Amino acid sequence: MSTPFPTLQKRGDELASGESQRRILEAPGRFPRFDDVLDGVGPLRTTSIDVFQVNVGKLCNQTCKHCHVDAGPDRKEIMTQATAEECVRAIERSGVKTVDITGGAPELHPTFRYLVRESKRLGCHVIDRCNLTVLNLRSQADLLEFLAEHSVEVIASLPYFQARQTDAQRGDGVFESSILALQKLNGAGYGQGNGRQLHLVYNPVGAFLPPRQASIEADFKRELKQRYDITIDGVYAITNLPISRFLDFLRTSGNYEAYLQKLIDAYNPAAAQGVMCRTMVSVGWDGRLYDCDFNQMLDFPVEATAGRHVRDFDPARHVGRRIRTGRHCFGCTAGAGSSCGGETA
Amino acid sequence: MAGTYYDPADLPRFSEMSEGAPELWTKFMEYYGAVFEEGALSEREKALIALAVASAVQCPYCIDAYTQASLEKGSNLEQMTEAIHVATAIRGGASLVHGVQMKNIAEKLSM
Repeated sequence: MSTPFPTLQKRGDELASGESQRRILEAPGRFPRFDDVLDGVGPLRTTSIDVFQVNVGKLCNQTCKHCHVDAGPDRKEIMTQATAEECVRAIERSGVKTVDITGGAPELHPTFRYLVRESKRLGCHVIDRCNLTVLNLRSQADLLEFLAEHSVEVIASLPYFQARQTDAQRGDGVFESSILALQKLNGAGYGQGNGRQLHLVYNPVGAFLPPRQASIEADFKRELKQRYDITIDGVYAITNLPISRFLDFLRTSGNYEAYLQKLIDAYNPAAAQGVMCRTMVSVGWDGRLYDCDFNQMLDFPVEATAGRHVRDFDPARHVGRRIRTGRHCFGCTAGAGSSCGGETA
Repeated sequence: MAGTYYDPADLPRFSEMSEGAPELWTKFMEYYGAVFEEGALSEREKALIALAVASAVQCPYCIDAYTQASLEKGSNLEQMTEAIHVATAIRGGASLVHGVQMKNIAEKLSM
């Protein structure tokens, strides 16, 4: 596999900074502000904290062209054991039932297995946001057994069931390696309807909206079964948000304005009601707290009154917290909506 | 006045065609919307048909709109390319089959 797309940080690109991205997204001009469009729905506030999402850091074995984290092999942002322990204490205090672990490639991070074990000990359902190819790394030979043993739900990225589209987004050879990983997951009982859940994440390979989730899920299930004898539990259709490396793609390909307009035109109040940020908190690799993983990558922390570090996490102060929004949020409210769990409307 | 008859900025101005004949516009749009709803054919199939027709009638606005619509309904490049080939085959076939008219006339005129 190759890594043809250097990170924005490695390139010294201005988009490596969340503040620069927000300056571009919030530039005055013809586009409405997100909060102005929310009429009748907003301002958005959390209704509960059901999901505790932990981004353990930006280290990844891939450098996908659309990555909103700007993750890659050269990234050094990695959660420490001390911060992971603060996360576990916060999970215990919060009483959440779902811990959602993401990255980078979270499995490559030293605190991943600790977080899984401790979350399971606390009775939580644990999700691993997996890039699939990590399962084929020599250093991760025992990963599959670990995930299966702890009944970790695997939500894996596969933008399409064909190599051309997948490799165009994620790098040469990624599709073939992903298929091998999916076959291994099936072999370990994942995606067989027996409790070891395996969902795939579809996201468009370009500047267009995803199809309806049920429609693309049927395609994935049929094609993966027919071509590779792979079974899965489902597909989540996720819209690409105009941030980080996808924002870079939009700007360099001349699609930025049309894409943002497309998201705005497709604004759906029902999708806005169901956005994931209303029921979650997102923790960064350094313990800082955010409304979602996208705000995290924009260096856009939760409102100060809620407390901004996991060591101070008080669930009571996070219920009813006002969500900080921007034009990137149109990505989650377009069409049928988009969240880490797919459609929202 | 644009330097070309076709300007991408004109597509979002389509609704300006309601001016002058608003009732006809409303009827057209209601019909148009109903045509593309999921029915005996799926939305995806209808978008592919529209793409093929757009190619046949050589409407750049429609090609733009239904390329995007096809992608957003879940079609891939292979399927969209085949749809264009269907339009191409019918266009080519239509030309060729009119050759029979040529033969009929030539036959009638010739000794």
